[in-house]
Amino acid sequence: MKPIVSIQNVTKRYPGVIAVDNVSFDIMPNEFFALLGPSGCGKTTLLRMIAGLETGGEGGILIDGQNMAGVAANKRPVNMVFQSYAVFPHMTVRDNVAYGLKVTGTPASEIGPRVEEALQMVQMGPMADRKPDQLSGGQRQRVALARALVKRPKVLLLDEPLSALDAKLREHMQLELARLQQAIGITFIIVTHDQDEALSMADRIAVMEKGQVKQIAGPEELYEKPKSRFVADFIGKINLIDAEVSGAAKSGLNCSAKGLGNVTVPHDGKASGKVSLAVRPEKLDLLAKAPTSKTNISVRGEIRDVAYYGDVSNVFVSCPDGLELQVNVQNDRAVDGLLEKGKSVWLSWHPEDTLVLTQ
Amino acid sequence: MAGKNRSRGPLDYGRSPWLIGFGILVFVLLYAPIVQLIAFSFNDSKRNIVWQGFTTKYYKVAWENASLVEAFTNSIAIAIMCTVVATIIGTATALWLWRFRFPFKAGAEGVMALPIVIPEICMGIAVLVMYSRIGGWMRTFESGPIHWWNELFSIWPLNLAAITAAHIAFSFPFVAVVVRARLAGFNRELEEASKDLGATEWQTFRNVVLPFMMPGVIAGALLAFTLSLDDFVITFFTAGPETNTFPVKVYSLVRRGVSPDINAASTALIVITLVATVLAMRLQAPSKSEG
Amino acid sequence: MENWKENRVVFWVTALPGIFWLTVFFLIPLALIWGMSFGEKTSIVDIEITGTFANYARAFKEVYLLIIWKSIWISAIACALCLAIAYPIAFGICFSPPRWRPLLLLLIILPFWINLLIRTYALIAVFRTRGTLNYFLEWLWNLAFMDKLIGPYEPLELLYNNGAVIVGMVYVFMPFMVLPLYATIERLDRSYLEASLDLGASQWTTFWKVTVPLTMPGIVSGVILVFIPMLGMFLVPDLLGGTNAIMIGNVITDQFKAANDWPFGAALSFLLMYVTFLALALRAFIGSRSRGRVGV
Repeated sequence: MKPIVSIQNVTKRYPGVIAVDNVSFDIMPNEFFALLGPSGCGKTTLLRMIAGLETGGEGGILIDGQNMAGVAANKRPVNMVFQSYAVFPHMTVRDNVAYGLKVTGTPASEIGPRVEEALQMVQMGPMADRKPDQLSGGQRQRVALARALVKRPKVLLLDEPLSALDAKLREHMQLELARLQQAIGITFIIVTHDQDEALSMADRIAVMEKGQVKQIAGPEELYEKPKSRFVADFIGKINLIDAEVSGAAKSGLNCSAKGLGNVTVPHDGKASGKVSLAVRPEKLDLLAKAPTSKTNISVRGEIRDVAYYGDVSNVFVSCPDGLELQVNVQNDRAVDGLLEKGKSVWLSWHPEDTLVLTQ
Repeated sequence: MAGKNRSRGPLDYGRSPWLIGFGILVFVLLYAPIVQLIAFSFNDSKRNIVWQGFTTKYYKVAWENASLVEAFTNSIAIAIMCTVVATIIGTATALWLWRFRFPFKAGAEGVMALPIVIPEICMGIAVLVMYSRIGGWMRTFESGPIHWWNELFSIWPLNLAAITAAHIAFSFPFVAVVVRARLAGFNRELEEASKDLGATEWQTFRNVVLPFMMPGVIAGALLAFTLSLDDFVITFFTAGPETNTFPVKVYSLVRRGVSPDINAASTALIVITLVATVLAMRLQAPSKSEG
Repeated sequence: MENWKENRVVFWVTALPGIFWLTVFFLIPLALIWGMSFGEKTSIVDIEITGTFANYARAFKEVYLLIIWKSIWISAIACALCLAIAYPIAFGICFSPPRWRPLLLLLIILPFWINLLIRTYALIAVFRTRGTLNYFLEWLWNLAFMDKLIGPYEPLELLYNNGAVIVGMVYVFMPFMVLPLYATIERLDRSYLEASLDLGASQWTTFWKVTVPLTMPGIVSGVILVFIPMLGMFLVPDLLGGTNAIMIGNVITDQFKAANDWPFGAALSFLLMYVTFLALALRAFIGSRSRGRVGV
């Protein structure tokens, strides 16, 4: 299949900083693609370069096979939903949605039905004659969506579309955006700093840091098999344990890890020297007594802190050598009386759940 | 974007050659007459068109013109007195309108803004009419108060008081506007925090509110100074036959034509205005970051 | 904001100086000329307030109506030119690098600090018959060998006409127009412009359909801020306009300085005030209609 968007060695420099650093990847048609990263990682710059709102970079951006070099923002087959929505305050909802069609000379007979259709799609039909200052944040966002979709773009760009909404509405809109994307079958590229948003909506996610793409993968792979400390730490919670490779073992590595002593962990590739062992908090078992299993990695420690979240508790355990591990515990009867500060406990997990991170 | 590193973004209007060209043209046209005026004050030619060589003799000519110097001194004296009083009254007014809720407040704000919005000429004739009325009343008392009144107002700089009073009336609302704009950015919780920590009303004002609004007060004072120095119309109507101010004097000279000594005197006034402006900006600058 | 009753001492201490000064040196004088506008001259020095409308009636005679009309159209043209020049300037400053903006703004307003009379005088030196502009034109004329082909350069009469008054007004007031425009354009959220471009509008369409409507409050403020003082302007038409470019401000001045008909002058200046109030009401109306549009 031919990619709908192809980013080829794109670099964008500002005085003193490289916002986007030699980035290359392809986005397939009908994909829901997310650019995820902390603020200042270059994700918004990259999105704006695709839209043509940011110029003066190096490398090539191809949309549907066409090189966008020298193509102005208003001539590109993409549309954007802005972070602030940028719904024109001096026009009604209907005029906002019709704007993009009017200014590009769409026949009037076609504009009316298309605008109505777009408004229906985002359930804003009844509010068509309102001014933006009479709308809530969520409603304004729907208008921004309808305004972009009515143009039937090849790619819809969304810049932090949910960041201005409150938590409840945000969750609702996540679902709705994902449904909408499936229903109309347009490629969505969303920029977000919220990992939950990216994991729950996107088919594929590009994690960015300091202008570089660190990893591109589906949500599950990204969570289960992060390739670097940065990605592992950025997506969800994780325990990172300093370790040193002491030699190869059968289908794995022998390492001497801080607080754990000598452990054997599975690893496909080669590794030597200093590495990090990574294990998700929900993979750890919290036990009152020493574990019986000989294959598991286990360590003894003392509960330092318990953060209670209702369904689960996040328990911080101090282990030998100053190692700090966190573990997620389901708040059921099994842990009754166990989660107390200062209590001596055992932590244990399967070696397969341990990742060896070399970068 | 193919390699063109310096290409303009869609909103990069600041780099549009048309806009830059237009901007430069406007700046040149704006400054050319003033630069010419200053340059020709040093020109060794009475005709004032062709550059004949550098001279400062017209400054000497202007300096030796006693009535011009007197007018100049009067203008500066008026401006300084006006600045002091207008800044105090304007700051008080700003605090009043900023701090209190009271009946007919919108009306009070509107009236306070009147001197800013109405045409200068209306104000000029209004003040003229009032002073002529006062003069009329004084005459009816004959040998009574008119005597000490005349005595009093023959002492410099009190003879300028009538003009100064009118200048204060039209410039203090400007001060109030500037100071109030500054106060609008004040976080009221700072005031509450100060009182919560045990400071009195006056200590709070002295240590918290006043330092915050100081840049606004300085900007307001500068505005009052330049407004007073700039004023021609009100002085033109208020000034009696004996008192002369610089703009009125220049006006009478200009009507007779262009001459280099006016250029010299004007240059002196421009320099004073600009120095005052730059000075006030300097004083204002360090505290800008905290706002 | 606290209720005035909660702290009466501070309330009156801050309120009274302004109220006193404004009443004595502004409101009472205004009331005096307002009263005088309904008065008649009974002798060379005495004026009696008779409640007559004769002064206003006289203002609506053809000769004065023509002058009022002329003041309005001269101010309107000068104001429109100011806007046409100031808008691109304000726009350009808003979109220049942030560290340049204060300097550029200062450079634009600096001439405004300089005495109006001095600036007008500086223009005379440029535009008079033996002035710089004519000198420059003569140099161009000779450069193009027109003196050999057609004859010696005849200096143009650039001063003492309506055009000179308009140029003078634009020169004097343009910087003042930049300020409200800059304030509004600065606050304009750029994503509106980006959204418009993104939706396929050209730069030109974006300017007229998004930028101009969204900065309308600034445009209205600027126009009124500049139009009012232009309308009552006395100095510029007096010095640059000569006898044939007389405006309402000159007529008022004449009534007080030369013609000595104070009641009529008072009536004329109050007409000017009414026009001012009308303009301000218009601004308030437009302002309230467009409130919520900017900055949201």
